[in-house]
Amino acid sequence: MSDTVIHVEGLGKEYRLGVQGSSYPTLREAIVGVATAPIRRLKALRHGVEQEGDATSHFWALRDVNFEVPRGQVIGIIGRNGAGKSTLLKILSRITEPSCGKAVLRGRVASLLEVGTGFHPELTGRENIYLNGSILGMRRVEIDRKFDQIVAFSEVEKFLDTPVKRYSSGMYVRLAFAVAAHLEPEILIVDEVLAVGDAEFQKKCLGKMQEVSTGQGRTVLFVSHNIWAVRSLCQQVLYLKQGQMAALGQTEGVVDKYLKDATHQNGVSMMRTFEPGSAGNDNVRMRKVQLTPRAGDGTMIRVDTPVDLEVEYENLKGGTPLVLNLAVHTLDGTLVFVSQTTSDKSWHGRPFEQGVYRSTCRIPANLLNDGTYRIRVLFLDEAVKHLYNLDDALFFTVHDIAHREGSWYGKWLGVVRPQLQWTTEQVSASQSPG
Amino acid sequence: MSNTLTGASPIPTRDAQTPAEPVLPVFDQEMVIQPQRGWIAVNVGEMWRYRELLFFLIWRDVKVRYKQTVLGVAWAILQPLFNMIVFTVIFGKVAGLEDHLPAHLKGKYPIFVYVGMLVWTFFSTGVTSGGQSLVNSQHLLTKIYFPRLFVPLATIGGALVDLAISFGLFLVLMLIYQVPPGWGLLALPALLVLTLMATAGVAFVVSALTVSYRDFRFIVPFMVQAWMYLSATFYDVADVGRWQLPASINPMFGLIGAYRSCLLGMEWHWAQVGISTTVTLGMFFFGMFYFRKVERKFADIA
Repeated sequence: MSDTVIHVEGLGKEYRLGVQGSSYPTLREAIVGVATAPIRRLKALRHGVEQEGDATSHFWALRDVNFEVPRGQVIGIIGRNGAGKSTLLKILSRITEPSCGKAVLRGRVASLLEVGTGFHPELTGRENIYLNGSILGMRRVEIDRKFDQIVAFSEVEKFLDTPVKRYSSGMYVRLAFAVAAHLEPEILIVDEVLAVGDAEFQKKCLGKMQEVSTGQGRTVLFVSHNIWAVRSLCQQVLYLKQGQMAALGQTEGVVDKYLKDATHQNGVSMMRTFEPGSAGNDNVRMRKVQLTPRAGDGTMIRVDTPVDLEVEYENLKGGTPLVLNLAVHTLDGTLVFVSQTTSDKSWHGRPFEQGVYRSTCRIPANLLNDGTYRIRVLFLDEAVKHLYNLDDALFFTVHDIAHREGSWYGKWLGVVRPQLQWTTEQVSASQSPG
Repeated sequence: MSNTLTGASPIPTRDAQTPAEPVLPVFDQEMVIQPQRGWIAVNVGEMWRYRELLFFLIWRDVKVRYKQTVLGVAWAILQPLFNMIVFTVIFGKVAGLEDHLPAHLKGKYPIFVYVGMLVWTFFSTGVTSGGQSLVNSQHLLTKIYFPRLFVPLATIGGALVDLAISFGLFLVLMLIYQVPPGWGLLALPALLVLTLMATAGVAFVVSALTVSYRDFRFIVPFMVQAWMYLSATFYDVADVGRWQLPASINPMFGLIGAYRSCLLGMEWHWAQVGISTTVTLGMFFFGMFYFRKVERKFADIA
């Protein structure tokens, strides 16, 4: 098709471990490497091995990626961390070279792998607009021409002659995005830029991006973890998994596949069973932790899904009341809530015989926000003595609801996400002046 | 470029708007990205399209360097001036090198050594900070594409601004020591270009090596110090006797000698200048192509 502006064919990137990894190569290693090369060759000859270094020291960050983007389309790239999204963007931005394959870009390209590339803290806002603009590929006359628009968009007029090191992080991001938003590329490559900045500004940026693609016929390649933004902006989505293409096509289908995968991914699950003796002590042994969604198709937990949480355990010491204390944490460690079996009045205080027990509680819909959570399980006796504690009993993910009201695409903020009753009424009419 | 390198700000005030004119895109119309092998040609066209960025990078370097200093640009003069005084005392007086000067420079050792320090300070700053430049801008290298040669070149451009400022002090010294300018001054532009090329050639190689081997961060200061003694900074090129030609393999040896011929009316040693020029050209092109060969790995290891 003649109107294809991005054409990617068999693109791959291989890294040698140790080069891209943690340590810098030192001169000593290089000298030793050169000095021992003949010995290694001899050894290799003797063993009939031709290849230097074994296959395990290489890995493909990206392999065999093919896609095409027609003019004016927004393509989203999704995938977990380390799936190769950034590598793909870096290749298309010419920051790093592919190991194989080819990509053809037709038109002026601008890539925004972060906002404010090249911003210098000592320089003023005005100076940084010029510096950043020229690093992004704008000409000086172009920056001159758009200067007022950039300043207006950034809303930092008053601080234009203040060094940006004195800016708040919000101001900094606004100024940086303002410069980027006024680039006039035919192809725009954006990486997670929307993860920063305050809510109001995020919305403005998304609006600007939409305007860029639909209004002006520009092609946008957009990487994000923000499924909402991808859903609302992209016509095509590429889903990368371990460096390879897991899916490519219409947004809805690919995003659904990605979300399905996300629920089965490592560590995050609906159920965990414990091998005998793997979790527990002489008092209590864990057998199973399970989550059961009580709405939808029963495979995915969404914000509006009530969930049954079930803990199965074995009581080894009979005769004392046993209390199960449950805590739900966010991944950054914030404690969301604590709940324990003592809420069940009929159960509390009764001595537990030896045997297997199952305690179930229901986490109501519209309590947890979308995100990944960790469940901690703690067993106590009646004297509040800790019998057994398991910090990471289960990790689970709550997904965003399918359709939101209003036009906000960004991450819904907050740890909890209750549905609150709202009423708004007019209290009085405003007085007309005079 | 309408601005020169003398530090004029390219930033217009709010009112001084340039009228709109057609803007040519910086990027190629069609770009093919694929693996490249071996030696890669220098993309002169691309560097020309990006020329404004080079200018902005130099301007940033200079601006940031002096922004928080009390003495500001005066530092550009103080360094060679201080060296001039120390060298005059140690090498001129104590070691008696001032007696080696030709008749028309008798008693004018300070200006003789100042010329050496002027050129040497530029070269050593260019090599030292140019060598560090890639490592220091790894943040840029991993986030955006632009001609990578600009990174060491921008640092050298900053050193060039310092050179221009300390050359001002040289003009004052010419008045004080009554050294009249001669016809040799006509050779100054050519010498400047050669000095730039020698500095850039070494800085390209050193900066590329420093990305891969951080050891060079420690090696370079030693290297530069030893290099100074080999470079006729405080002695005359004729002082090394029969070693004059071998010593000229060091480009800075022949070039500093030529600067003295050009600025102070000392005798020209054409064989030395010839050898140093050849080596300079060789170093410049080797440095540039070596840099191009390894630059595609920078983002992966920086």
